[in-house]
Amino acid sequence: MFNIPLFPTEASTTASRVDLLFFALMGIIVFFTALIFVGVIFFSIRYRQGSRASRKGATSENLKLELVWTIIPLCITMGIFAWASKLYFDMHVPPRDAMDIYVVGKQWMWYIQHPEGNREIDELHVPLGKPVRLILTSQDVIHDFFIPAFRVKQDVIPGRYTTEWFEATKVGEYHLFCAQYCGTGHAQMVGKVIVMQPWEYEQWLSGKSSTGATMSSSGEQLFTQFGCVTCHKSDNTGRGPSLIGLFGQKVKLQTGQTVVADMDYIRESILDPTAKVVATYQPVMPTFKNQIDQAQLMQLIEYVKSLGKQQTASKGK
Amino acid sequence: MEASESTDHVNYLNNGYGVKSWLLTTDHKRIAILYLISITIFFMIGGFFALVIRLTLLSPEGTLVSADTYNKMFTMHGITMIFFFLIPSIPAVFGNFLVPMMIGARDLAFPKINLLSWYVYIVGGMFTLTAMVMGGVDTGWTFYTPFSSGYSHTNVVPTVIGVFILGFSSILTGLNFIVTIHKMRAPGLTWFRLPLFIWAHYATSVIQILGTPVIAITLALVGFERIAGVGIFDPNIGGDPILFQHLFWFYSHPAVYIMVLPAMGVVSEVVTCFSRRKLFGYRQMAFASMAIAVFGFLVWGHHMFVSGQSVYAGMAFSALSFLVAIPSAVKVFNWTATLYKGTIRFQTPVLYAFGFIGLFTIGGLTGIVLATLPVDVHVHDTYFVIAHFHYIMVGGAVMGYMAALHFWWPKMTGKLYSEGWSKLAALILFVGFNLTFFPQFILGYLGMPRRYHIYPPEFQVLNVLSTAGASILGLGYIIPFFYLMWSLRKGKTAGDNPWNAKGLEWLTSSPPPTFNFEKTPIVNEEAYAYTDGVFEEDVAGG
Ligand code: HEC
Ligand code: HEM
Ligand SMILES: [Cu+2]
Ligand SMILES: [Cu+2]
Repeated sequence: MFNIPLFPTEASTTASRVDLLFFALMGIIVFFTALIFVGVIFFSIRYRQGSRASRKGATSENLKLELVWTIIPLCITMGIFAWASKLYFDMHVPPRDAMDIYVVGKQWMWYIQHPEGNREIDELHVPLGKPVRLILTSQDVIHDFFIPAFRVKQDVIPGRYTTEWFEATKVGEYHLFCAQYCGTGHAQMVGKVIVMQPWEYEQWLSGKSSTGATMSSSGEQLFTQFGCVTCHKSDNTGRGPSLIGLFGQKVKLQTGQTVVADMDYIRESILDPTAKVVATYQPVMPTFKNQIDQAQLMQLIEYVKSLGKQQTASKGK
Repeated sequence: MEASESTDHVNYLNNGYGVKSWLLTTDHKRIAILYLISITIFFMIGGFFALVIRLTLLSPEGTLVSADTYNKMFTMHGITMIFFFLIPSIPAVFGNFLVPMMIGARDLAFPKINLLSWYVYIVGGMFTLTAMVMGGVDTGWTFYTPFSSGYSHTNVVPTVIGVFILGFSSILTGLNFIVTIHKMRAPGLTWFRLPLFIWAHYATSVIQILGTPVIAITLALVGFERIAGVGIFDPNIGGDPILFQHLFWFYSHPAVYIMVLPAMGVVSEVVTCFSRRKLFGYRQMAFASMAIAVFGFLVWGHHMFVSGQSVYAGMAFSALSFLVAIPSAVKVFNWTATLYKGTIRFQTPVLYAFGFIGLFTIGGLTGIVLATLPVDVHVHDTYFVIAHFHYIMVGGAVMGYMAALHFWWPKMTGKLYSEGWSKLAALILFVGFNLTFFPQFILGYLGMPRRYHIYPPEFQVLNVLSTAGASILGLGYIIPFFYLMWSLRKGKTAGDNPWNAKGLEWLTSSPPPTFNFEKTPIVNEEAYAYTDGVFEEDVAGG
């Protein structure tokens, strides 16, 4: 209890960049706070009632001065804005080689799936020095996936996917908090992020959290189990379009619009198929809203994604 | 309040003693007193919830109350303090009392609507209080969907009905002020001769009228979704949860200026009076108030930097938030410059005003930290945000309220309170406040999320410090209650103008007669035309 921390650990590539900006802001705060405190205290003592300090030349208007103290703060804030925007932008764009990990938040736990098939609850194992992109969604209310040591935070929203990325720089265990109030167990919706050396991570992947099947192979199973295959045949002879090569491509809709087949689109196609109907097809696909849960949905998406890669591979031939 | 009648002249307090003479009054001064009593009660209720919160946080295991109870405590604390205390505080009490007097009018433009606004406030308050007594509500004062509309098992509907109704009282007050300020100024009182208190209330009223309908509709939609299951915000039934946040903050960011602008007006009155100086940069101050009111409507998205809104939306809202901070900075510089070559008398109201300036500066500058996108990603929804808005709302707005209370108390009651006790209380409040909320900045940067009743043990020391500070802060609010009550019975007679202040409200007797002025005053000078400071210069120079 007597070991009082005053500053959080920096354990990601982002952390030190955020802290640098924070220190710059602290400098500005200390300067202006001191300016005002000293100004108020100094003037009010020097010009207290009864003091003999000269009051000659007191004015109540000085346009130049007003401009000075409007323009200087304006320049400072715009400088901060430029610096901050650059960093914010970088915090939103994961490196191309980032590995994906899928997270479902629900009252009141975190359910995490690795593409290799490992599943964990309230714990997130990640390798050191590798960019990781989390794909987040919620099964009920809004949650928020917050790792203070990495300086990252992202709301986890029902009905859509959000993402958050980081690259850990220090082996260790760090707090994971739900930062968006979500009801009774909000303060218990906490966990650990465990950063491991890459080889330890490989070992961990084949350890007891492994399910034996990768996410995309689980997705493939579901694809058969829910009868998707009956309509979505790989040779494009079914009632629905073939999903091979779909992921990341442009899709032409009945309305004439085109959309990109990203995760949110695949998700919507499965839960609410009539919302966006593919051109030249009949809207005959049933909704799977009440049969598929969020975690399964992510497996199906991972499967559709893997189909996308198949085609790019064959194109290359 | 009735006990104060030893003054000999007929005034608004002693021209009727019956319950009816109060409950059916249309006198803006009596309505102000009704509001004063009501918001004080809500302040005590909100304070009680705060006490439970701080006591629970003494231990990392949160042993005092259960998770559900804790969640209700912070929710009801926020709702009472924001909607039922701080939003009405200065406008409904001091605005009501002073707007007509400062412009030389007999009353507000619509005295009956003014009384109606108080009844609407009480009805709204009753709904919400009933909801609290019947088991409470646990959505947070922000009512985020889909938690509030579909998942919470508490009394969300009666609470939002209460807040919905309350909103109309705010709209009615704003409407009344705007019409009054336009139409009822005394001869000679041009716009740029108005005290800044009036400008501040004008700006506030604009926000109240434009913003409040939005929150009212939004909360009605939450209730509607909850009762009828119509999909508006819950994605499971086709709604959009983020839409709620846009609507909510479209009102609630400007609402923070409803809370702080009137306090800024108070500070302008007090600082000029106790430095015997004309306000530095009067016009810039007036424009700054209006700029805040207008630009305050364009920054709501800064509460949503991690909600998944687009990167470019985040940048736009960030840039606008930096801009809206500039007029606030200009104000702080102008108050400080007003002291330069003044003649400062350290009496209680100005101590509170200085408290406002210092704490608002810290609150505003930490607002800049929050507007800085990548840093906000880290501190959003942590104790850093809690500290920021308490510096502004308690350190700023409530300090301003205390300054107003101490400045105009002699005018409202005709009595003087004890200078010694009141200075002591001001000091205790300042120390207690900083001890309570400064550690929360550190906690927030360390990563402690808000709305947690249990937390990792390494955060305990700072939490204990904060609770210790809160008990000092509590003492600082209790002491004024006693010496002010005491002054009603035993206080010295104040006289018409105990501070030797400018402003039309000081021309009439204390307490003022029912129709404020024997004859309508005629104004032929600018606001804050203090000349005795200049006089002193001659003495010092010669
Ligand atoms: C009854 C036949 C049928 C079944 C069963 C079916 N679909 Fe479909 N699906 C369609 C049709 C027809 C379309 C094209 C029209 C539309 O967009 O609704 C389609 C469209 C899609 C699309 C969008 C394809 C594109 O090219 O843009 C996806 C993704 C999809 N389905 C996934 C699935 C999954 C996953 C399942 C199983 C859970 C499934 N479908 C089951 C008929 C079906
Ligand atoms: C100086 C200009 C200001 C700026 C730039 C600013 C900025 C911000 C930002 C960006 C946030 C969101 C933080 C987050 O949730 O992550 C915030 C929160 C808040 N601010 Fe300010 N602020 C300013 C002034 C004020 C004022 C004047 C008040 C009140 C009188 C105020 C009260 C609040 C409140 C209540 C919240 C938190 C709401 C909640 O989540 O419960 N702020 N501020
Ligand atoms: Cu939560
Ligand atoms: Cu805001």
